[in-house]
Amino acid sequence: MKLSGNQKSLIKTAIGAVVYVVAIITRVEGSLVSLGLFLAAYFIIGGNVVWRAVRNILHGKVFDENFLMSIATIGAFIVGDFAEAVAVMLFYQVGELFQDYAVDQSRKSIAALMNIRPDYANVQRGDALEKVDPDEVQVGETIVVKPGERVPLDAVVLSGSSSVDTSALTGESLPRDVDDGDALLSGCINISGLVTAKVTKEFGESTVSKILDLVENAGNKKSKSENFITKFAGYYTPIVVIIAVLLAVIPPLVVPGELFREWIYRGLIFLVISCPCALVISIPLSFFGGIGGASRRGILVKGGNYLEALSESEIVVFDKTGTLTKGSFRVQQVEPQGISADQLLEIAAHAESFSNHPISLSLQKAYGKPIDAARIREVEETSGHGVSATVDGAKIAAGNAKLMRKLGIAFAEPDVAGTVVHVAQDGVYRGYILIADEVKDDAARAICELKEAGIRRTVMLTGDSKRIGEQVAKQLGIDEVYAELLPADKVDKVEELFAGKSVRGKLAFVGDGINDAPVLARADIGIAMGGLGSDAAIEAADIVIMTDEPSKIATAIRVSKKTLRIVKQNITFALAVKGAVLLLGAVGIASMWAAIFADVGVAILAILNAIRMLNVKSIK
Amino acid sequence: MKKVCRLDGLGCATCAAKIENAVSKLEGVSSASVNFMTTKMTIEGDEARMDEIMEKAATIAKKIEPDVVVRKA
Repeated sequence: MKLSGNQKSLIKTAIGAVVYVVAIITRVEGSLVSLGLFLAAYFIIGGNVVWRAVRNILHGKVFDENFLMSIATIGAFIVGDFAEAVAVMLFYQVGELFQDYAVDQSRKSIAALMNIRPDYANVQRGDALEKVDPDEVQVGETIVVKPGERVPLDAVVLSGSSSVDTSALTGESLPRDVDDGDALLSGCINISGLVTAKVTKEFGESTVSKILDLVENAGNKKSKSENFITKFAGYYTPIVVIIAVLLAVIPPLVVPGELFREWIYRGLIFLVISCPCALVISIPLSFFGGIGGASRRGILVKGGNYLEALSESEIVVFDKTGTLTKGSFRVQQVEPQGISADQLLEIAAHAESFSNHPISLSLQKAYGKPIDAARIREVEETSGHGVSATVDGAKIAAGNAKLMRKLGIAFAEPDVAGTVVHVAQDGVYRGYILIADEVKDDAARAICELKEAGIRRTVMLTGDSKRIGEQVAKQLGIDEVYAELLPADKVDKVEELFAGKSVRGKLAFVGDGINDAPVLARADIGIAMGGLGSDAAIEAADIVIMTDEPSKIATAIRVSKKTLRIVKQNITFALAVKGAVLLLGAVGIASMWAAIFADVGVAILAILNAIRMLNVKSIK
Repeated sequence: MKKVCRLDGLGCATCAAKIENAVSKLEGVSSASVNFMTTKMTIEGDEARMDEIMEKAATIAKKIEPDVVVRKA
């Protein structure tokens, strides 16, 4: 059996610990055998640390942790504290082992999280089906995806139908049905049927590659906390070391009666606490856990800096259509006069059947039966008004209030929000049909959860009429609404809203990423919805919600807050403990044992705290 | 142009920051970033001098953290 580096040092440390215990039990003051045992334990445990320190000094690097630990422990030997010297090395090694183990585990769990890379593609070449690396497949080639296989490249279905599991991309457990002509996204798993598809994007440009790239590179954009702690570490170590030296030398020289032995011991305490490495590790660990966990829930965060900014967000501005509403029109209400509701829908659907305007499509959908084209004659469309046609021999007019007035038909204008289609039959008013955009199922819950997550203001921007905007805002519980905005006005509005936030607060804008790229860029945090399959959204935003659910924004904020809470806890806790022990050590109250806790104990606690972030399943 | 390499055996976050800092100060490098969690180093810089830059970056990484093995990603 070959042992890994970690296992080897674990065994060495364990043997050294046994020798150390024997040395303590058999300890005789002044005995050379005792000293020999302590030295043996020391070198079994920390020999490699001393070796690395020597090697690094030869490389011209002085202030590294190996050197500091070597000086601290050798110093303790010289002043006669054998037991403490070995203990410092022992616990330092235990801390290192633990740290390596924790980092290893989180790297592995992130790798598992990211294990959505397809291994191969079945390509139809000639008569044969070849199994090749997805990288080697060209756009336009035909691939076959069998049940249970991962879709290797973005493609469009040629034949076959199946349902696919998109959970790796969206966090959504409900499978999606695909049929001829539907887009098939790489990274999904084919569940039921055999599907033949034509490749539309090469591997590097396919959805799965983009997502992997994004999450892996998220760590490159570092957060303020991360930059702070690395900067801090750069000053901390040299300062502590300088104080240690001064502490060991000056008081015994200046103050009569003070002993070198006592003050060197105090200086050594400083050296033991001078390494900030574990604190530094716990910060990227937390951010990486947060970003990885969010991606599993279908939320892509492009960098630690955005996750940090999100946790400070105060104002969330939404675009309406496609973000809070489905962006699809639907018949909401049928108000017939003198005929049945079904009859009203039937004549309206037939009259409008030659148009492919969203309004007429929604009428046909609500009617639900096939349109009999033979019943319709003399169709005449007046733009901005509506349609006149002869259906079953009767003259039908379907359109807005302007059309009714033009035809001189008496009607009452209803007090509703949405698009109203009035219908007249042979000059007699037959009632109206209300068509409106539908609010997404989880939109109201999303706003409510944002409030609970600490968002102060929610704002909606829309190009729609004031009336529709206000109605949707009221229905969802949104604080403010600005309607009838042109795309360019939205940027100006966001500029205005910036004035309303506190100095540290951030403004997030949520859009669909299609025509609001300038606003996404202007906001502190640009969030795009429905990113699955939309390259534009993935490009433009800082955070991409892969599904259409606005409630995921609240999830993202909760993940960000938890991440930052852990980061801040670690920073304050570590600095407080280290500071306290440094102070107590300087005045001679804290012992070497307290220093060991301030170094290794704090490191282990900080890492354990950071690891909690990998378990984001607990955040709903 | 952008180049990515792996730093196998990168075990210390302070060293990662030091490597990042030193590499980004190399001539011809516009930005460098070391991702401690994925152990990847991304360097953006002058295309014509990229080979030289990668070589220097590898030397820096080795000097700061002798246990690191630089590998092509």
